[in-house]
Amino acid sequence: MPKHELILLKNMMQPGYTGSLQDYERAGGYQALRKVMGKVPPAEVTAMVMKSGLRGRGGAGFPTGVKWGFLPKGYQGPRYLCCNADESEPGTFKDRQLIERDPHQILEGIVLACYAIGAETAYIYIRGEFVLGARILEQAIAEARTAGYIGTHILGTEITANVWVHRGAGAYICGEETALLESLEGKRGLPRIKPPFPATHGLYNKPTVVNNIETLANLPHIIGRGPEWFASIGSPPKSTGTRVFCVSGHVKRPGNYEVPMGVTFRELIYEQAGGMRSDKPLKAFIPGGASAPFLTPTHLDVKLDFESVAAAGSMLGSGGVTVMEEGTDMVWAALRLMEFFYHESCGKCSPCREGSSWLVQTMRRIVAKRGQMEDLETLVHLCKNIEGRTVCAFGDAEVAPIMSTLKHWRPEYVALIQAAEAANLIKLEPAVVRH
Amino acid sequence: MTDDRKITTGMKLAEKYRDEIADILGRYPVKRSALIPLLYLAQRDEGFVSEAAMKEIAGLLRLTPPQVYETATFYTMLNLKPVGKFHLQVCKSLMCALAGSDTVVGWVKTKLGIGPGETTTDRLFTLSVVECLAACGTSPMMQVNEDYYERLTEERFDRILADLKRDGICQLKTGPFMWPEPVGEKRQ
Repeated sequence: MPKHELILLKNMMQPGYTGSLQDYERAGGYQALRKVMGKVPPAEVTAMVMKSGLRGRGGAGFPTGVKWGFLPKGYQGPRYLCCNADESEPGTFKDRQLIERDPHQILEGIVLACYAIGAETAYIYIRGEFVLGARILEQAIAEARTAGYIGTHILGTEITANVWVHRGAGAYICGEETALLESLEGKRGLPRIKPPFPATHGLYNKPTVVNNIETLANLPHIIGRGPEWFASIGSPPKSTGTRVFCVSGHVKRPGNYEVPMGVTFRELIYEQAGGMRSDKPLKAFIPGGASAPFLTPTHLDVKLDFESVAAAGSMLGSGGVTVMEEGTDMVWAALRLMEFFYHESCGKCSPCREGSSWLVQTMRRIVAKRGQMEDLETLVHLCKNIEGRTVCAFGDAEVAPIMSTLKHWRPEYVALIQAAEAANLIKLEPAVVRH
Repeated sequence: MTDDRKITTGMKLAEKYRDEIADILGRYPVKRSALIPLLYLAQRDEGFVSEAAMKEIAGLLRLTPPQVYETATFYTMLNLKPVGKFHLQVCKSLMCALAGSDTVVGWVKTKLGIGPGETTTDRLFTLSVVECLAACGTSPMMQVNEDYYERLTEERFDRILADLKRDGICQLKTGPFMWPEPVGEKRQ
């Protein structure tokens, strides 16, 4: 028996649960929808979500009810719900499981959200690689449409909510909400300058809400069991509910674990994920996906909630926890992540586009034992000129691996450079060239 | 590609996939939103997105060819050049690298003789080294065309290659994902 009550993963943990409409209904599914459709005013549904304290599970942790509240009041015309299933943050693989194992839980959440915000159309933007997930969702939508949960006249009311699956085509940046909207409009996925925010000028310039899949999956439970119940779970008042954390790296049992927010990293890594895979102790971990700064063993007793992780100098982000054992080369690890960001920079803002290339080249040189001491200053200088100077948060994310490893493991960088100096290689020009 | 293929694909997408295209267009209030779905359709038809297809799609959506091209070139899953019958995409991001994804790239090199971006001479396999595919807990992994293969070992990797060569399909591909696996269900 799991130590904590499961909410999102509960159904799929039942032996034989297939995720079909029949299975979902048998487990109490679509009851929340029946409870509110045409009976509870939409504004009250939004109020319930606000009261529950639910915060976005995609990375930024913005309160969901507040986000919905930003939609213009009394606006006549279409509004849209976009469901972010782009799941592209390295270290994160929870949405994939929520989609493929219990698609109706998500669909019920989507229809509830559509009802609350007055949207008649929802698009599920799913990353292109999830071909199976897209197929499962399409099938579930067809089932729900036949049963009267999706489409026009939902459950005999005058309410309409159509749901479509839209596959992305391989671009990390499309997980950023405005880039997602651009991509959904058939353009390159370049983030938009905010303001205006999607709430007023979103998809096709219409009022739009973008919510993560896990956020939406929580809605049937909040509406079904009440916001007070939800708000009592986790680490209230600011981090309520559970989260599905994705544990990867050097642990015995990597995988998805749903725990109430506020448990410690120690519990997640050593109890849920079974501890380290060998007798080597833990050296470092990333608490919330590739964009989150690295933490050290001294942070193991930090609580997994938005505020605690932020106070420790990192962020809870997307919930992807990557564990590294003693012996892992931290400069190499930072370079791997930097190569990811270099590959995925969309190219819109110069500091990020050019800076990521320079950072990768400087890092590669250090790892190849051809670096020099000035390179460390160059790295910091570059990072400081990227951070906060880009349209979206990508710029802040890409400097996290280098800045945090330099902070905690600077001697490893120095050792590599000293090895280069000892080898007495020809001194290179410090300037970096794009190739 | 042989001339035969050109003849069959010479047929316009609009004639060949009339209903499917109508279905796609019906989902969006603005035509351009159908661009990526139609590019996927073209890729399914020819194995890659050709210039001719892009021009046709531009006409269908009332866009200029450069508008189609600028979108097509942004996304890594749209192949603007033909790839082998089986497109091996090995994830190299940190989480997979911690579990030995560089070794997987090495197996491809020794067993198939190709490096990243290369295709075998029989045009069966193309290798791409890609960034995170959201399978970090079951790494190392690779995607082959539409399927995920996870927790790769050399033995499993050999079997995947052999099965694909012989049958075009391999049962080791991941089904509906869950990890750790639920009680009473054992994955191969």
